[in-house]
Amino acid sequence: MHRTYKDLPSEPVAMQSTEDIITGTWRSIRPVVNEDKCIRCYMCWKYCPDMSIIVEKEGDYPTVDLDHCKGCGICSNECPRGAIKMQREVL
Amino acid sequence: MIEMMTANYAAAHGARLARADVVAVYPITPQTSISEKCAEMVEKGEMDAKFMMMESEHSAMSALIGASYVGARTFTATSSHGLALMHEMLMWAVGARRPIVMPVAARTIGGPWNIWGEHQDVITERDVGWLQIFCENNQEVLDTVLMAYRVAEDPEVMLPVMVIEDGFILSHTVDSVDVPDQEAVDRYLPPFRPEHPVSIERPMRHGGVVMPDWWTEFRHRIYLSQEVARTKLLEAEEAFQKEFGRSYGGMMELYRCDDADAVLVVAGSAAGTAKEVADKLREEGKKVGVAKLRVFRPFPAQEVHHLGKKVRTVGVFDRSYTFGDGGAMFNEVRSALHGQRNNMKNYIGGLGGRDVTVKNIEWIFEDLLKIASSGKVDRTVEWVALKDGSGRW
Amino acid sequence: MLEVRFHGRGGQGAVVASEILAKAAVREGKYASAFPFFGVERRGAPVMAFCRIDNRPIRIHAGIYDPDHVVVLDPALMGMIDVTEGQKEDGTLLINTSHTREELNIPNGRRTVLVDATAIALRRGLGSATAPIVNTAILGAFARACPEVGIDSILESIKDSVPAKREQNLAAAQDAYKQLEGL
Repeated sequence: MHRTYKDLPSEPVAMQSTEDIITGTWRSIRPVVNEDKCIRCYMCWKYCPDMSIIVEKEGDYPTVDLDHCKGCGICSNECPRGAIKMQREVL
Repeated sequence: MIEMMTANYAAAHGARLARADVVAVYPITPQTSISEKCAEMVEKGEMDAKFMMMESEHSAMSALIGASYVGARTFTATSSHGLALMHEMLMWAVGARRPIVMPVAARTIGGPWNIWGEHQDVITERDVGWLQIFCENNQEVLDTVLMAYRVAEDPEVMLPVMVIEDGFILSHTVDSVDVPDQEAVDRYLPPFRPEHPVSIERPMRHGGVVMPDWWTEFRHRIYLSQEVARTKLLEAEEAFQKEFGRSYGGMMELYRCDDADAVLVVAGSAAGTAKEVADKLREEGKKVGVAKLRVFRPFPAQEVHHLGKKVRTVGVFDRSYTFGDGGAMFNEVRSALHGQRNNMKNYIGGLGGRDVTVKNIEWIFEDLLKIASSGKVDRTVEWVALKDGSGRW
Repeated sequence: MLEVRFHGRGGQGAVVASEILAKAAVREGKYASAFPFFGVERRGAPVMAFCRIDNRPIRIHAGIYDPDHVVVLDPALMGMIDVTEGQKEDGTLLINTSHTREELNIPNGRRTVLVDATAIALRRGLGSATAPIVNTAILGAFARACPEVGIDSILESIKDSVPAKREQNLAAAQDAYKQLEGL
């Protein structure tokens, strides 16, 4: 981290990918995919604002990148079959 | 090559010669023909730029901030309500340190509607962190666009610049413009090389959160860059003079001020008229001068200070107003003269397209000379040529 | 400094005429600026355009209130406004009209030049009978009526400035110039 004024970059920039920032800890509810109901339409993948729905290849069931998913619930809201339920995080 | 063109076309040619990579615009009177000329030159292949027609000025500025992150040289133009709509993104461009150059055809902001010229739109944005340069004529508009990129993209500055031309009075007046050669401009203006261009190979985050522990320091940096810009502006103009043989007097041009009894501080196109009037009055033995306030941000406080030492009576012409107070330029000049014993008076006029005539300026100079000889300022703020039935005009 | 005021209606080309005149003066090594009266732009509305010509760069950025010459593209305007308002005594009034000086009620003392630019324009196929484009014809007449700018530079300037019917526009200017021979 920056310790003195001189260490600051010339502009507010962080030379680090957002991938390295674990935002999953912000989550209080997590999406859980019910593969019995999922029709693999990938609407969840399309709507996820944080690119946290992972589909490795076409035909796969979607999984959730829990390191980055903030638990907003948009995937659950958009799923046409109600296949994604938001579950409370437990310690 | 000398060509006859409006200040709007001169601004567009400035962007072409500067090799702007991305032009994102939304039309508004009296700026529109800047955008149109850029579109035309891109279409004809005379300008190698990506032209983006946006859905608002707010979007135009947002698009340029993004394009500038990648390393594109960026250009847009606006006026009035368009500038007001950009307000949020103007500040973002500063905080993001994007060296965007934007001519503003200065105009009123409603309501009620008035499409004509005054400085209210740009004066209202004086606190956002953009450099602000007022131009006197069409040639100065083209030249200032080139100088603006050179200063804006300086690694020690990295701030956006407004190149201000008076709406209609310059934007729609055809005048001689010496259009420089591309080779000369290329010599003068190196390509834009940002320190942290966004690229896939080098992941980075721009525009994230700055917490309270470092926010002050980042703001202080902008403050310092504005200070550095003073020197950089002078350097850019000196280099411009060497390459093109033209210069504009630095932050504030002093015209016949040396032995003047009274001087008028004035920005924009009216400075030309004031110089003409000063010449005329000088022939009559009246010692008046003109201080053309060219750069308003950063404010040339030192220059004003020195002027105040030289000339006792200082008038300031504001083409805008700060309701509840005098004109903004007046207040800043007065603040720079703090502690000196100058006679000061503020003249507000040229609003909403009202002509600033030779007679108006003659009246102002005569008024200032009266103050100079009597040592008494009758009132601090005078609204010029006001139809108040007072018979003063 | 020479100052010229053009009176016309939106669509007649008064603004372009002022620009062509300025460009012509610059061709002769002078300095010039041209600007319209910044009113509400509407086809048919009375418009004014201005031109300043000088031997040194133009620094005044204010309106023109006491022009040397006045050019009237549409004589019908003369019933509505005083086209000579503020005009200098020794300036020329150039009017596009098919009428005589008496019919137009022009007072004595003012040097006045009349030319039927509408007829010339129509003969050269510029515009229509209801909306003739008379600016190039009247500029040809200007070159004859006012000595400050020559016909050659006006023709060159027209060539550079008109977007269409270049030959017809040049011919219209020449027609008017010839018509006023011996003036």
